[in-house]
Amino acid sequence: MARKTIIPFGPQHPVLPEPIHFDLVMEDETVVDAIPSISYVHRGLERLIEKRDFVDFVHIADRICGLCSFMHSMGYCQAIEEIMGIEVPERALYLRTIWAELSRVHSHIFWLGAAADAFGFESLFMQSMRLREMVLDIFEATTGGRVILGVCKVGGVRRDIDSDALKGIVNRLAALKVNLEEISAVFINDYSIQHRLIGVGYISKEDAYALGCVGPMARASGLVMDMRSLGYAAYKYLDVEPMVESAGDCYARCLVRIREIFHSIDLVRQAAEKIPEGPFDLKVKGAPDGEYFSRIEQPRGEVIHYVKGNGSRFLQRFRVRVPTFSNIPAMIKALKGSGIADVPNIILTLDPCISCTER
Amino acid sequence: MAWFKRSPWILHYNATSCNGCDTEVIVSLTPLYDLERFGIINTGNPKHADILAVTGSVNEKSVQALKNLYDQMPNPKVIMAVGLCAISGCVFQDCYNVMGGVDKVLPVDVYVPGCAARPEAIIDGVIMACEILEKKYAEWKKGRG
Repeated sequence: MARKTIIPFGPQHPVLPEPIHFDLVMEDETVVDAIPSISYVHRGLERLIEKRDFVDFVHIADRICGLCSFMHSMGYCQAIEEIMGIEVPERALYLRTIWAELSRVHSHIFWLGAAADAFGFESLFMQSMRLREMVLDIFEATTGGRVILGVCKVGGVRRDIDSDALKGIVNRLAALKVNLEEISAVFINDYSIQHRLIGVGYISKEDAYALGCVGPMARASGLVMDMRSLGYAAYKYLDVEPMVESAGDCYARCLVRIREIFHSIDLVRQAAEKIPEGPFDLKVKGAPDGEYFSRIEQPRGEVIHYVKGNGSRFLQRFRVRVPTFSNIPAMIKALKGSGIADVPNIILTLDPCISCTER
Repeated sequence: MAWFKRSPWILHYNATSCNGCDTEVIVSLTPLYDLERFGIINTGNPKHADILAVTGSVNEKSVQALKNLYDQMPNPKVIMAVGLCAISGCVFQDCYNVMGGVDKVLPVDVYVPGCAARPEAIIDGVIMACEILEKKYAEWKKGRG
């Protein structure tokens, strides 16, 4: 048996945009164990719920994560609305769906870029980042913010999108789609990318289920799991179809995300066609009394927001269970037995979002 | 414009940022904003870096990694605090695990405001950092000569 060595990976590493640390236990070139250690980004924002008004807290929920910012505020607002029994106007639900799907598009394009960077395809990374700007421009035009949107609020949304702007969004996304088809063809067909991704980081369907995978990670292993089918926001009026692959390797996860981008663009188009006229927010009276688990589908998988209030304006408890947290056991499983050169790839295909995980 | 003689390289570290400013730092380096056309690239190695771009406020654990990175960078070096969290803590300043802005632990030269900081602001910050870098370099040369 070869001698074991430990290679530290992180917290600062070129492929990691965010700090997480692994001790990789190596035997020659093979990883036999990986020990993660976290808390480099821990802020303790869940306890801020005791110091902030439940209406103001939306701004903090917005800043849990910069890539899925809108989804967090939406999940939090949804929980509060369920507790207080607020009927959100339908137009607001549609607008939330449109922004949520746009967030998924930009997050997945960012992931494609980061993955290309991880397997050393620099120009593809640059192209992906260029395409992502088209979505950020839509955000800026409709909300005023590029990453932190701040448009969700308890009882609706802060801004409306008029019908001309909605048409413009659909047209721009159609242009984006043409460009995306070009770069996704490279991801799908390129020989060297296939060589780096196929068969790497395999997770079987049983493992994915037992280890509690969510999101694209679970869907790439053949588990049909998409919280959008619960029909929150306006998803109940749209044709949502979970994208499922069966191979369970890095390549399958890449395919799932590429197909999801196109599906999200289609969902935005559907929502823009069906959106009803009417008010887009509601005046909120009173304070939440009770508790609720709100489950929504983020770009990375299912996120749970738990909110507990006691009838005052300051809530008692807030808890977020984010997708990266439940995907980490599966990542450790995939890392064991892989080569050291594949470690960045495997970590990246999880699409880790550490600031969500540690809050 | 003496400071265009050499392009500084950027080392980016996420102290406790929410990803918003991180992605904006990356966006300012890649097309459309493209700082890389001036040869300013994002490096993963502190020994090659001239500018340390810190996003997010510091906490007990990230301060160790941050100081470690700072110590490994060669002189002259400039610290750029990107985003409101790195400046003061933003909405998180009341959190139990947030110590506040980066200037509590390291000497910050350039402050880039915004939540999240816009790529234009980051580019502006890098240009200010170039000037400071040039000044520090001149001082260092005088002290040596």
